[in-house]
Amino acid sequence: MHNERINIDLEANKSAVAYSIPIGPTHPALKEPIRFSFELDGERIVGVDIKPGFAHRGIEYMGMRRNLIQTLYLSERICGICSISHPLAFTMAVEHAAGIEVPPRAQAIRTIIGELERIHSHILWAGVGAHELGFDTLLHLTWNVREKVMDLLESLTGNRVDYAIPIISGVRRDIPEEKVHLAAEALDYYKRLLQDLIDAFLHDKSVEMRTKNVGVLTYDEAIALCAIGPTARASGVKKDVRQDWPYYGFADMEVRAITPEDFGREPVGDVYDNIIVRVLEVAQSIEIIERCLETMPSGELMSIPKIPALLAALKKAEGEGIGRHEAPRGEVFHYIRLEADVEEPVAWKVRAPTYGNLMAWVPKFLGDEIADIPIIAASIDPCMCCMDRMHFVSRDGDQSTRLKEELVRLSREKTRRICG
Amino acid sequence: MTVSVGNAVWQGLIILLGGGLLGLVYKGFDRKLAAQMQGRIGPPLRQPFFDVVKLMVKENIVPDHAVGWLFNLMPVISLAAVATILFYLPLGGYAPLLGGYGDLVLILYLLAVPALAMMVGGFAASSPYASVGAQREMVMLMSYEFPLAIALVGLAWRLSTILPAGSSVFSLGVLAANPLWGLVGPLGIVGLALLMLALLVVTPAELSKIPFDIPEAETEIAGGILAEYSGRNLALFYLSDAVKTVVMGALVVALFIPYGLSGLAGLTGAAGAALDVVFFLVKLFVVVFVSVIVVRVGFARLKVNQVARLFWLPVTAFSFLGLLLLAVDRVI
Repeated sequence: MHNERINIDLEANKSAVAYSIPIGPTHPALKEPIRFSFELDGERIVGVDIKPGFAHRGIEYMGMRRNLIQTLYLSERICGICSISHPLAFTMAVEHAAGIEVPPRAQAIRTIIGELERIHSHILWAGVGAHELGFDTLLHLTWNVREKVMDLLESLTGNRVDYAIPIISGVRRDIPEEKVHLAAEALDYYKRLLQDLIDAFLHDKSVEMRTKNVGVLTYDEAIALCAIGPTARASGVKKDVRQDWPYYGFADMEVRAITPEDFGREPVGDVYDNIIVRVLEVAQSIEIIERCLETMPSGELMSIPKIPALLAALKKAEGEGIGRHEAPRGEVFHYIRLEADVEEPVAWKVRAPTYGNLMAWVPKFLGDEIADIPIIAASIDPCMCCMDRMHFVSRDGDQSTRLKEELVRLSREKTRRICG
Repeated sequence: MTVSVGNAVWQGLIILLGGGLLGLVYKGFDRKLAAQMQGRIGPPLRQPFFDVVKLMVKENIVPDHAVGWLFNLMPVISLAAVATILFYLPLGGYAPLLGGYGDLVLILYLLAVPALAMMVGGFAASSPYASVGAQREMVMLMSYEFPLAIALVGLAWRLSTILPAGSSVFSLGVLAANPLWGLVGPLGIVGLALLMLALLVVTPAELSKIPFDIPEAETEIAGGILAEYSGRNLALFYLSDAVKTVVMGALVVALFIPYGLSGLAGLTGAAGAALDVVFFLVKLFVVVFVSVIVVRVGFARLKVNQVARLFWLPVTAFSFLGLLLLAVDRVI
């Protein structure tokens, strides 16, 4: 990696380091546990070490001991905010592996719920960001307007989170004609609100002072570190699963990755750009849902409507499949491997968006100040419980660090063990 | 001024008690009104009283690596310093209790004491968060003290050019008894308005409220200076913050809006005094509302370098301009 900002020489900087402060695993700036160790020179950050692994729950392991329908429910509980993104990617992976078609109406419903989740997730993020800036008024106002989409989700699916909508081969609930006007009302509400959101976040002097040129991730760094989702788009990388590999209803929509250029700003990759991308994506989601509602195909909801038949079909299936969905935080990726006559998935691998953006934190933090830590930490919209894939604890309780080479070796051994 | 010692003692006790109660009541209003403005319900008005009582009965933890005596002493010093200022402020129609024994310059120093006490306490806690908070408090203190001093000294100087020589113009009693607004020309009034603006901007910084709450910055350094304080010590800091709010408000009232209503209403005696006290409380509330509550609802937290730049450049420039206008006003 030919980049000075990433390859910053920590040893050389150590001499200037006056002290280090730990942030986390529990800290008011963090909504979920992760540990940062910052090396500081005065208020300036000269080094950062990130230690994840505090929210590891072994969900993949559990999923590999349950049948696919049960695992679907488990996948919904990987994350409370992306509670449709994981099941969407999971069902997609299973359908891919088993060669099951999804009826067009089910695809449209999946798209609609997925985009509604994006709206609520981005508004939630905006509130969290405001709180990290010490702007609690904005937090309370944004979370107040978020209730509208939560209410809509509740009336469409029965739940505020964990919607239990997708099932392998289709969806579990229809969006009946009489509920379409509820959706239209909520969308109108957000369309009217959009300008207020832009005024409150993008034209507010004190927000600008705290976010412009803070937590910069340049275009090259975003590419080199494989950043994804809004984090990458804020740096000007036109990367969006809905654009690059269209699926479901996105295929005939020509979704375009939103970058700060759409707001007339040259992408810097700072926190301000992150806000731009997320606010504009709310508008984009409204558009997508409206088009889905207009062109809603009729037809059945599941291609295999009876659960016993579905389970039987899945038991016969053999092969591997991948599912990728543009979650609000970036691409979520599920890999699944099925074997004939085995009910459980033989392998299940989840890569949540935060995992892809983890390393983007390092260049974002370096050179900024302590006061910027909370908002930079929040800027990638991290979700630790989605992301934590492993935690290494030895039998005698000693928690040591494993470096890349050893991790690769261990992973390969495990893959060989699983795949025989 | 002669006050009998016995009288002074019980009047002092009333002022102390009243100042403390008033501080907590205003804190209650502050929390309730801020909540309403943010679209929340907010705590009941008496919540600050519950908080103090609860903190008083909670365990008082001193960190293992802290310098114990310094750590425990600082909350007491902080509260004592702000409580002392109460004796030098004209409250309602009443002249300052210790008006003859100290003046504006003493108040300026006493106002810096709580910040210094929190700083020392923060360093004594030997926690990285508290240390960062203490460093920030230091920068804050250096930032807002200068415009504050310009505003206070500017007023006293202008008054000295009007009153006969030998008057104790630095005494708050004298300053409050001779409101400058009516004594200067139009330019002077603009100058006074600028000084008042500077003082109103300094007030939230002095009280460490958003956008200047960087020494405590909850989301950044987990309460900073106060991170390691708990129980009785935290209650004392809480109280001193409450009293400081009253003190800063009363200072602005005494310097810029010292008017009473009793003369206007033609009331004398107890009724007049009561009216003046009520009017004083209203003025105090207006000052706190404008410079603390509204501001803390409407802004994001600034960074320490932004705070320093704000006070050293625009606010200092404003107060200098005010001073200049007062001087020009004297010449013409």
